[in-house]
Amino acid sequence: MRRFDGKTRLRGALVAMLLATAPAAAGESDPQDFTQIERGRYLAVASDCISCHTVPGSRQPFAGGRAIETPFGNIVAPNITPDRETGIGAWSDEEFDNAIRRGIRRNGARLYPAMPYTAYTKMSRDDVVAIRTYLNTVTPVRNAVVANTLPFPFNIRTSMRVWNALYFTPGEYKPDAQKSPEWNRGAFLVDGPAHCGACHTPKSFLGGDKTDQYLQGSYLQGWSAPNITDDTRLGLGGWTVDDVVAYLKAGHNRITAATGPMGEEIALSSSHMRDADLKAIATYLKSLPGAQNAPRPLPADNPFMVAGGAIYRDQCSACHGLDGHGVPRLFPSLADSSMVRSDDPTTLIRIVLRGARSVATASDPTAPGMPSYGWQLDDPQVAAVLTYLRNTWGSAAPAVSTQDVSRARSDLASRVD
Amino acid sequence: MRKKGFTDASLRRRELLATTAILLLGISSGRASEIFGELPWAPNAGNPPTPARPGPWLFFTGDEARAVEAIADCIIPPDPQTPGGKDAGCAVFVDRQLAGPYGRQDGLYVRPPFQAGARNQGSQSEAGPAQHYREGLAALDRACKAKYTGKAFAELSDNDKDTVLKGLESGDLKLDGVDGEAFFAQIINDMQTGFFADPIYGGNRDMVGWKMIGYPGARYNYLDWVSRHNEPFPLPPVSLTGRAEWTPRTR
Amino acid sequence: MARRLPKKDVVIVGLGWTGSIMAHELTDEGLDVIAIERGPWRDAPTDFPPSYMQDELRYRVRHELFLRPDQTTFTFRNKMDQTALPIRSWGAFMPPNGVGGGGVHWNAETFRFLPSDFVLRTHLTERYGASFLPDDMTIQDWGVTYNDLEPHYDQFEYLCGTSGTAGNLRGQIQQGGNPFEGPRSRPYPTPAQAQPFSHTLFAKAARELGYKPFPQPSGNLSQAYTNPLGVRLGPCTYCGFCEWFGCGNYSKASPQTTILPVLVRKSNFSARDNSEVTAINLDKSGKHATGVTFVDTSGQEWEQPADLVILSAYTLFNVQLLLLSKIGQPYDPMANTGVIGRNYTHQTTSTVNGFFNNKKFNFNPFIGSGAIGMCIDEFNGDNFDHGPHGFVGGGYVGQVQTGARPIESTLTPPGTPKWGAAWKQAVRDNYLSTVKPGTGVHGSFYSYRDVYLDLDPTYKDRLGRPLMRMTIDFHANEIKQNRFLTDKFAEIIQAMGADHIAKQYRTPPYDITVYQTTHLNGGTVMGADRKTSALNRYLQHWDVPNLFVLGASAFPQNAGYNPTGTVGALAFWAASAIRNQYLKNPGPLVDA
Repeated sequence: MRRFDGKTRLRGALVAMLLATAPAAAGESDPQDFTQIERGRYLAVASDCISCHTVPGSRQPFAGGRAIETPFGNIVAPNITPDRETGIGAWSDEEFDNAIRRGIRRNGARLYPAMPYTAYTKMSRDDVVAIRTYLNTVTPVRNAVVANTLPFPFNIRTSMRVWNALYFTPGEYKPDAQKSPEWNRGAFLVDGPAHCGACHTPKSFLGGDKTDQYLQGSYLQGWSAPNITDDTRLGLGGWTVDDVVAYLKAGHNRITAATGPMGEEIALSSSHMRDADLKAIATYLKSLPGAQNAPRPLPADNPFMVAGGAIYRDQCSACHGLDGHGVPRLFPSLADSSMVRSDDPTTLIRIVLRGARSVATASDPTAPGMPSYGWQLDDPQVAAVLTYLRNTWGSAAPAVSTQDVSRARSDLASRVD
Repeated sequence: MRKKGFTDASLRRRELLATTAILLLGISSGRASEIFGELPWAPNAGNPPTPARPGPWLFFTGDEARAVEAIADCIIPPDPQTPGGKDAGCAVFVDRQLAGPYGRQDGLYVRPPFQAGARNQGSQSEAGPAQHYREGLAALDRACKAKYTGKAFAELSDNDKDTVLKGLESGDLKLDGVDGEAFFAQIINDMQTGFFADPIYGGNRDMVGWKMIGYPGARYNYLDWVSRHNEPFPLPPVSLTGRAEWTPRTR
Repeated sequence: MARRLPKKDVVIVGLGWTGSIMAHELTDEGLDVIAIERGPWRDAPTDFPPSYMQDELRYRVRHELFLRPDQTTFTFRNKMDQTALPIRSWGAFMPPNGVGGGGVHWNAETFRFLPSDFVLRTHLTERYGASFLPDDMTIQDWGVTYNDLEPHYDQFEYLCGTSGTAGNLRGQIQQGGNPFEGPRSRPYPTPAQAQPFSHTLFAKAARELGYKPFPQPSGNLSQAYTNPLGVRLGPCTYCGFCEWFGCGNYSKASPQTTILPVLVRKSNFSARDNSEVTAINLDKSGKHATGVTFVDTSGQEWEQPADLVILSAYTLFNVQLLLLSKIGQPYDPMANTGVIGRNYTHQTTSTVNGFFNNKKFNFNPFIGSGAIGMCIDEFNGDNFDHGPHGFVGGGYVGQVQTGARPIESTLTPPGTPKWGAAWKQAVRDNYLSTVKPGTGVHGSFYSYRDVYLDLDPTYKDRLGRPLMRMTIDFHANEIKQNRFLTDKFAEIIQAMGADHIAKQYRTPPYDITVYQTTHLNGGTVMGADRKTSALNRYLQHWDVPNLFVLGASAFPQNAGYNPTGTVGALAFWAASAIRNQYLKNPGPLVDA
């Protein structure tokens, strides 16, 4: 059985890199073609198919059955192993491509954009056929997945026609001739296979991208994904390209560490990508300008600041340091963290209340954990300490309110992860 | 988050239970689990302490509580700077401890045969602290009533109380059926423990014991003070549930 | 009926320091390894977070991280003609439990033994003559030398990131370090910890008396450090909740903070917690281990077959399991035959407390780490001429106060009443200005014919198995040694400027109710002669070549230092022998 143990196959990767920019012969997947399989494997890693299509803890990759939480209900990801009856073994390459890049299932029904076809459309047909070729080689698993689990009226897939008209622009990635090949590669990856906007671009009430706030952060599944433009206060402005690469590859850099869904993404996807691709992503993201507004920090004598300062000194400083700078590659630097300043404090509140384990990767296996403080701090105290973090050491951000915390606490109470 | 190799049900290893004082037999939720692939983790994991709740006595009867509170104020008398044992909650501390695993001797080896041995072989008593207190306090009151015309310990004058306790300590005052010296040594230990334990356990109320000695409490980072030699540490004590300054003063 | 599991290459009994080191080494060798741990999995963010770990009552007074006597305990007597009675509640030592073992709650004092310690009988006989040693003293040479172990001491120290100042670098004595230590090949991986006030004051007084004080080598790190496995530790923040407690901020070396994050990621490693090994199984020849039997918390028995068995369950449980599994000949002190249970030792400790003028001295004693301290080694081992003194052995002395948690640290000067207004005032006056070193005198405990372990005839554990019986008392040699060291230590405490000092000598009889470190050793000692040792120099069992027994149970006697550094070095030494010799040719590594 092929084990998804995450080793980068360097030899195949090098060959695949050569082929990445040169289109292979258009046409069918060739099960004999090692280079096509390897290229498809790499694209599948970059697209992180395994994450949604595998139940956590299962030793059957791609067998489907994982429930994906959306604002409209849970959607269960299908089985994409080559099993002929319960997987996609019987699908033609054309049908597979229709699904990945146009959001149309084999039976003609529409896919929900939980499957990010709106991003995968940026890939070429050859890219998608390579992925298909690779998927044909994984162990077939007999696992019939019930696909349609959204409540009425969202279970009516024909409504997706309208949604697609509003929010879906099909078409491959078109390079910008004014920009470097590296920038274009980064833009392709970010908007295509890596589908960063799926989490990091805020959504309208219908679940479509708010394109005017491209990659400026969004809420999902009880977490807030941060702004990943080059904004100094809220995004990657304080990070070098190397910092971004280290974060994507190791899950940890000198400033902070990944946890939650991003930790999973790193463990399954970006930590297995080539350094050159990670650098391309970093280059692209840091080319996106941030907003210019810089609020003033709250005054130090604000009651929430005073209380937060006491809590920080007595508790948080144990790991995050008396100066808020943490320990590089062990405890995040709250002073330098753009997540701490995020407009949406969901992730901050969640981490304080429930604790968090940072991701373990081959280069950074320690995976230190933050304990849960939900039992020790009440809502005003959590609000106070977070407000303090956001307005000290040169940072500035709106206060976190007691109601923000109460709301988050009751939302989190029903979550299992 | 993908948890490779973990069986599903064993994930919630340390549920946050608000009310039960979790007896630690040194084991967790009880099922053996296989650890493979990654470090186990679950949200809200851990075993935070269970604070003693104010309210009626959980272990002591009314008479016993009166005696114990009186003893508390003898062992730790009130003075203008620092409350005594009673106001500091030491009797409450002992009450909650006796009502819990400590009183029951949970986890100790309580198997027969019970034989007397040398002092340095440790206590061989089948009875635990809870029973010792029950018997000891009853015997103490009986001894006081016999010696002081019907007055229980709590009814004696302060001088007489001290005399009685000194008698217990020296062995001059014998209690029937109870080793008075050992009993008194245990009470002293439990009272003074309660005076300096974290306030969540019922004693050291408002951290008065810690304030008395200048102990800063449950802090974790003194890096900025290691090399400041011979200077008084300025920060107030903090308990496991914080201190007053943690709550924003919005009014 | 025991259910049989699929066979593994290696089964490791007990996932503490030595189990983790061996698991790491053997998985690197490509072997399929399973570790079976009686206690629970433990980790900082979930089990010792800095949000509630600072709880003296729960962890120090009620011992929450430790084994419960009801799970298993021991019986104790001083002399062979006494009846041993059960240790119903821990006192003299605290047995560990759980993944990480003692490595979770230790002080992290990380010493090396002296070169002479490893060839003790030879060395002392040469210097003082055989008649200088008591007849019933059963010290012996280890079968390995300091030079054999030096690279492995280095391995353990670099695994941990130990903070210290080298005293002897490749033969060159270094300023500020321990001038008596054996030569080390390279400096400590991180610099020594900064010392609080009373510790620097001790060093000053010691220097003025002509001694050479040095910082105690500490596994509570002075700075962030990434070890050779890629695991990262942070700097110790001097919280004062070190020994007895787990570390909340990844700054104390333990299996959790140095090995386990990498170990669990290996596909050829798995562990079972909450599973107690009840027997090591042998085949019909009695010369080959086939694996172990363990029981889960439901009482279900399992059999784990394996080609190689590593017994790393801590000194006492190593011996107990061999006795219960009937592996090796049990020691008979009358006949002086047998080896399992022989040469059992503890540590000879004492202290001197100092009471200072609170208007002149404020020590902020609550600031400390488990291995903070300034020590002198002039009176350790054979570092001084014992001829005039009539005893052998010694130890380091030092101001090694690790904090001042109030339940245990409200000392009052001698003569103060134990309760009442005078007591209260004395506590108020003295807390901040008392020097309370703890194990300020940390002396050796040599081995004797009548100090040993065997099975109790009367008392049983919860599984119906006999408890192990400890027969242990102090001998005149250790009492004299302790008196000498305590008096020397007192001179320095006095010279610090104390108003009163209180010497607390160690006096016989050995008292099971008074804590004296958990440095228990011996019972399955290593050596060159199978008549007086259970293990050969590679910690391989003489009778059962596919069984290795790790831990301080291998020490033929205890030296005047904390044992863990040597325990770790021996584990690496044994792992190296297994990887480079045993696996290529399984069988006895030393001819009997």
